[in-house]
Amino acid sequence: MTSETTKPMIGRAIKRREDPKLITGQGNFLDDVKLNDMTHAAVLRSPYAHARILSIDTRKAAALPGVVAVFVGKDLLDVNALPCAWPAGGFKNNMNTPRAMAVDVVRFVGEAVAVVIAEDRFIARDAIDLIDVDYEPLAVVVDPEKATQAGAPQLHENAPNNVVVEWSAGNREGTNRAVASAEVVVKERIVNQRLMATPIETRGSIARYESSTNEFTLWTSSQAPHVMRLLLTAFVFGIPETKLRVIAPNVGGGFGQKIFVYPDMVFCMWISRKLGRPVKFVEDRSENFKSSTHGRDHVTDVELCGTRDGKITGLRVKTYAGLGAYLSTIAPGVATTLYGRIITGAYKIPNVSIDVIATYTNTAMVDAYRGAGRPEASYLIERIVDRFAVELGMDPAEVRRRNYIPPTEFPYDNGLGLLPYDSGNYAPALDKALANVGYTNLRQEQAALRAQGRYIGIGLSSYVEICGVAPTAWANGQGWGAGLWESANVRIHLTGQVVVTTGSLPHGQGVETTFAQIVADELGVPYDSVLIEHSDTAGTPFGYGTYGSRSLAVGGTAMVKSARKIKEKAKRLAAHLLEANPEDMIFADGKISVKGSPDKSKTFGEIALYASVGASMPEGEEPFLDETTYYDPPNCTFPFGTHISVVEVFPDTGAVEVKRYVAVDDVGNIINPRIVHGQLHGGIAQGMAQALYENAVYDDNGQLLTGTLMDYAIPNASMLPDFEISHTVTPSPVNPLGVKGAGEAGTIGSAQCIMNAVIDALSPFGVRHMQMPATPEKIWHATRS
Amino acid sequence: MARITVTVNGKSHTSDVEDRTLLVHYLREQLNLTGTHIGCDTSQCGACVVLVDGQSVKSCTTLAARCDHASVTTIEGLAQDGTLHPLQEGFWECHGLQCGFCTPGMIMSAYDLLQQNPNPSDDEVRHGLEGNLCRCTGYHNIVRAVQYAAAKMRGEEVSAPNV
Repeated sequence: MTSETTKPMIGRAIKRREDPKLITGQGNFLDDVKLNDMTHAAVLRSPYAHARILSIDTRKAAALPGVVAVFVGKDLLDVNALPCAWPAGGFKNNMNTPRAMAVDVVRFVGEAVAVVIAEDRFIARDAIDLIDVDYEPLAVVVDPEKATQAGAPQLHENAPNNVVVEWSAGNREGTNRAVASAEVVVKERIVNQRLMATPIETRGSIARYESSTNEFTLWTSSQAPHVMRLLLTAFVFGIPETKLRVIAPNVGGGFGQKIFVYPDMVFCMWISRKLGRPVKFVEDRSENFKSSTHGRDHVTDVELCGTRDGKITGLRVKTYAGLGAYLSTIAPGVATTLYGRIITGAYKIPNVSIDVIATYTNTAMVDAYRGAGRPEASYLIERIVDRFAVELGMDPAEVRRRNYIPPTEFPYDNGLGLLPYDSGNYAPALDKALANVGYTNLRQEQAALRAQGRYIGIGLSSYVEICGVAPTAWANGQGWGAGLWESANVRIHLTGQVVVTTGSLPHGQGVETTFAQIVADELGVPYDSVLIEHSDTAGTPFGYGTYGSRSLAVGGTAMVKSARKIKEKAKRLAAHLLEANPEDMIFADGKISVKGSPDKSKTFGEIALYASVGASMPEGEEPFLDETTYYDPPNCTFPFGTHISVVEVFPDTGAVEVKRYVAVDDVGNIINPRIVHGQLHGGIAQGMAQALYENAVYDDNGQLLTGTLMDYAIPNASMLPDFEISHTVTPSPVNPLGVKGAGEAGTIGSAQCIMNAVIDALSPFGVRHMQMPATPEKIWHATRS
Repeated sequence: MARITVTVNGKSHTSDVEDRTLLVHYLREQLNLTGTHIGCDTSQCGACVVLVDGQSVKSCTTLAARCDHASVTTIEGLAQDGTLHPLQEGFWECHGLQCGFCTPGMIMSAYDLLQQNPNPSDDEVRHGLEGNLCRCTGYHNIVRAVQYAAAKMRGEEVSAPNV
């Protein structure tokens, strides 16, 4: 429905090619998939956070008309537990992963205990109420720090004191000396509360088994279909990888939660094979909240020290990271590498020491949620730097400026085991944000209003994050159990149509549009002639999927490299036809011509037809223009920026109004500004929601108190402001596109920006820190203590 | 069981439904109109919003049996003769959607909003859409999309805001 032909496409804010189907109700999401003879699953979930299963009586459920079968955990002992693919590298990890269903012990509320299969979903739901389970409740622990203390209930035999891993980085002795001898030390206990990703489409699986070929097909709402295929076949079922095809239909938001392998994938596959009928399971919202992964859940003691004139000399961090009752697919790596190694943020800090104690608790599993470790790091450093500024009585913008990594020091090694920060220039982003918000005037206005009894707060946040996470060799050293390269195949059909297949896939990011813009420019062909195919393991080369803001930096680069190989081959073929030297050929504007003789040329379409017919190929050349690249970057990319928010706090009610939100993000080069802005809007909204609204709460018995959208406050339109977005552009030297990544930057920059503003507004009341979310109740109390 | 006759997107259907069948399940499972989505189980998210006799309702809390002799419009029925409704056009032009899962409900709620208030302020758009949750956009571009449609429906010249 688009007809975008003008070049260049890169840099243009064109509208998305994904949208026509989505705005007319023709999107094909998981629950829209219907198969012949399909059965429906409903899951009985544990109401206890920790209990021994003494018996399960499924007879009444099985007898209900319309019920096909009932299965319990013991039925599925012939397949393995789910794998964890990212233990923390270089440290001892006490690994425990979930099975498709609990067998003897349940360890969190919502863990699957039995599955009913019925002719429709309503009968299946009726039947789970007829299952009797006899539980012996056990003691419960939900707090990641208390889990390690003497006398705490123990979740797993191989994890004394519920410790998954005790991880550290940095220079402990040097940091201890720096803190002991510093002119100024600020310390704080900072909680990064548990969150729930809440994609509006919940998760689920549909499995079909073909007994004639022993092949499974799995439709699942996933960010990484190839990885699901690998983990389910090689690790859970022990079958050849070729016996499973995984398809992600339209994915209705992911935010990390849909990266991982889940029990429903396993039981749907297993049951479909057992019954010889397709099995469909789609979570309802309360199941998504109880049973799919959560994010964050850090409790941290932090000390930052420095000089009276604002120079930071040391940072000491000790974090308890709750990972839930079992390890989800990449949980330990998120809490260690993606958090601890970027803890210094935008600053040059000579002495840093960080300890992370990752623990098991009787809660849902915690894994990557938008930003994954980096929002926790960014929140911590930016809160404590603000605390330092208050202690010094120095403007928070000035403290930041004095400690930025200087632009002359890139590539910059922060000494914590990361690869060097690729490129950066932090002060211009700060200056632009200060100018955009009108900082000097704002501070004067703030002072004037304060004199009138009004409480305005201004919050700053300068963030750095890690995108395009790779290369594989480095990640393997961090414990990552597979690759992190990405693939792309580009082939040119007879008619000149370009078909690109990629292991990256969208769940809202518009990568079909962005990728087509890149390939159209690279090949000099019309945008509309480029088709991007993805999300089906049967039609795409192996790829690691979409997360960590990596699709463009890694997947997009693979595409560029394949397109360049196509161009090289096209030049060789054109040279053959024109009887010229390949080295003398120029590829431009959809034509391949001989240098100095522009009239001697072939169009790209002519070469495509010639190559795909292949009747008279030059010696040594194969027919067809078809090239694949498996691209493993030399480094990650490190986007950065400064966000500034202006809030007003109302002491009478405790309410917070966000009056302005100004963001200056440097995500490197930008392919489609409209899409990038959209990513930043959504990212900022999620960080802002953490600061003001969201909190996943368990009581001491391990009951999830925020189990529905009535209790878990994801913001609606009236709870968020407009966003004022602009950029500086520091291209990444890591990839030929010069891009860094934009999917997570908004979230990584925003929570502390709002909290710093709220705390600034409350400073006349002596408030120096407040735990998120800054609810009216907390603020009301803070203004009265 | 109840027998109902419902006009959906201009087409009459006579169907037997269980007493407990919700309108959203009737639309999705029996009529195969899967553009209307389910995002929660407590009537918060609004992904299921459709029009019943011209008014927006959450079809996840409406019994199908109650819609006997009613006229229902879903997202599939909004475009006319292949021409997008101004709201659909606005969401596309203004990048008012990302994953697109909340979009059908969001558009149907916005339709009702603009029926009641053809010239809303941004603030009125935000409050008018309080019953619909989007996790992708932060709502910034949804407000732009609704204003684009409002202007177009008032007969004004419109274009997507610059980025």
